[in-house]
Amino acid sequence: MADQEITLMKGNEAIAHAAIRCGCDGYFGYPITPQSEVLETLAEQKPWETTGMVVLQAESETSSINMVYGGAGCGKKVMTSSSSPGISLMQEGLSYMAGCEIPCLVVNVSRGGPGLGTIQPSQADYFQSCKGGGHGDYHLIVLAPSSVQETADFVDLAFELAFKYRNPAMILSDGVIGQMMEKVVLPPFKPRRTEEQILKECPWAATGRPKTRKPNVITSLELDPAKMEEINIRIQKKYAEIQEKEVRFEEFMLEDAEYAICAFGSAARIAKKAIEDARKEGIKVGLLRPITLWPFPYKEIEALSHKVKGILSLEINAGQMVEDIRLAVNGRIPVNHYGRLGGIIPAPDEVVNELKKMM
Amino acid sequence: MKQEIIIAGFGGQGVLSMGKILAYSGLIEGKEVTWMPAYGPEQRGGTANVTVIVSDEEISSPILSTYDTAIILNQPSMEKFEKTVKPGGTLIYDGYGINIPPTRTDINIYRVDAMDVAAKMNLIKIFNMILLGSYLKLHPIVQIESVLKALKKTLPERHHHLIPQNEEAIKTGMDLVK
Repeated sequence: MADQEITLMKGNEAIAHAAIRCGCDGYFGYPITPQSEVLETLAEQKPWETTGMVVLQAESETSSINMVYGGAGCGKKVMTSSSSPGISLMQEGLSYMAGCEIPCLVVNVSRGGPGLGTIQPSQADYFQSCKGGGHGDYHLIVLAPSSVQETADFVDLAFELAFKYRNPAMILSDGVIGQMMEKVVLPPFKPRRTEEQILKECPWAATGRPKTRKPNVITSLELDPAKMEEINIRIQKKYAEIQEKEVRFEEFMLEDAEYAICAFGSAARIAKKAIEDARKEGIKVGLLRPITLWPFPYKEIEALSHKVKGILSLEINAGQMVEDIRLAVNGRIPVNHYGRLGGIIPAPDEVVNELKKMM
Repeated sequence: MKQEIIIAGFGGQGVLSMGKILAYSGLIEGKEVTWMPAYGPEQRGGTANVTVIVSDEEISSPILSTYDTAIILNQPSMEKFEKTVKPGGTLIYDGYGINIPPTRTDINIYRVDAMDVAAKMNLIKIFNMILLGSYLKLHPIVQIESVLKALKKTLPERHHHLIPQNEEAIKTGMDLVK
């Protein structure tokens, strides 16, 4: 039962351990605070000696994402991780991978921007993660863990979704979730897939052409716009299916709530504390926490807008997710935003004050 | 039971590791724990602090603005965190690093001269364990046995021979507060 042992570790360390355990074939990355522990932990664990997982420090983030592109094109379970400015460098690769419909996992342990920004926590990469970031009509599947346990669990989940829909998936963490130590039970070991399994499960992959089939071509390029439109329509159908089937969220103290906070990731933890404090003052407030940021829980927030008098979007940014909440609410009730910027984290008492302003 | 603690001092004083050992001790006893460092360009000589929460119930925010206890090891941290202790809470500070002592009257203040005692006992490297001992005397949120187990878990094996010294430091710290 060594697998079930409860340990104490950082969110970043949990990503590395979970990657090894879920049968990841390769990690390609470049160090950057506050995510460096991912690569450090992998280097310490030396999975190439045990599961055979490749771990490589690339010369840049651009290089990392293109190594991931190559590995994913061969049907391998591959990933990278970085922090905001590094993720910006990866956007071209992500757009290409979404266009080619190949799966991978990218972890963003985000920090305060724009530009080089600060190394402290921030959620200012919501737009970049959920609304493209790269060019073209595409989405990443975006999971936002709010504990070290979820961080560990979402590595396998992200790979499952990425392969199911042949689309890049992202775990959007931040400096709080990445640097904090909490209790975690690591997922059980899954063996890496064999070459035979890859051939069977990824018939699209570039695995070396036998005489029995046509070449598998992995490209996002079609010179004929009619064909290109067909591909785009197919991709959009897939996105509609993901929006329909894969929305994940958590509700906290919403049963009798008159007001709601919407928050994801680390901000949701602060929101829970604010809710505990506000309820001591008799304010009936609860939390709706989107776990998938894309697909976004539009329907659930729409339903919520019929039950509560107002929603406060708590984000560690200048107001990004609040746009999606307002789309879902469609003007029925007031939707306010509260956030701090540049690496400053809002304190629970600031959030309670913002709630009072809504009442 | 829930204790919200801030430990603050210079980088290199063992602020983060004191917090880690406390969090690990809580984990060993089946409690909920969070350990949240103020990370940054912190380095030896710069300021460092960590928020540790040990609780019987699920922990919401790992980041707080007020604390049940502050353990303060230098003057900049005193200026930053004295005001964040909840009324009725505890402030423990090492006299060595503090020129201007705390002045609040609505909290319980304990001066522990851990650095001086550690120097006399030749335990300078583990003076943080003296302060941990003082804290645990005032707030016995975890058993000493759990702390020793935590040390075994968190220290690399080549340092395991130092565990008896750590135990001595903790007991010394316990005797330093009345």
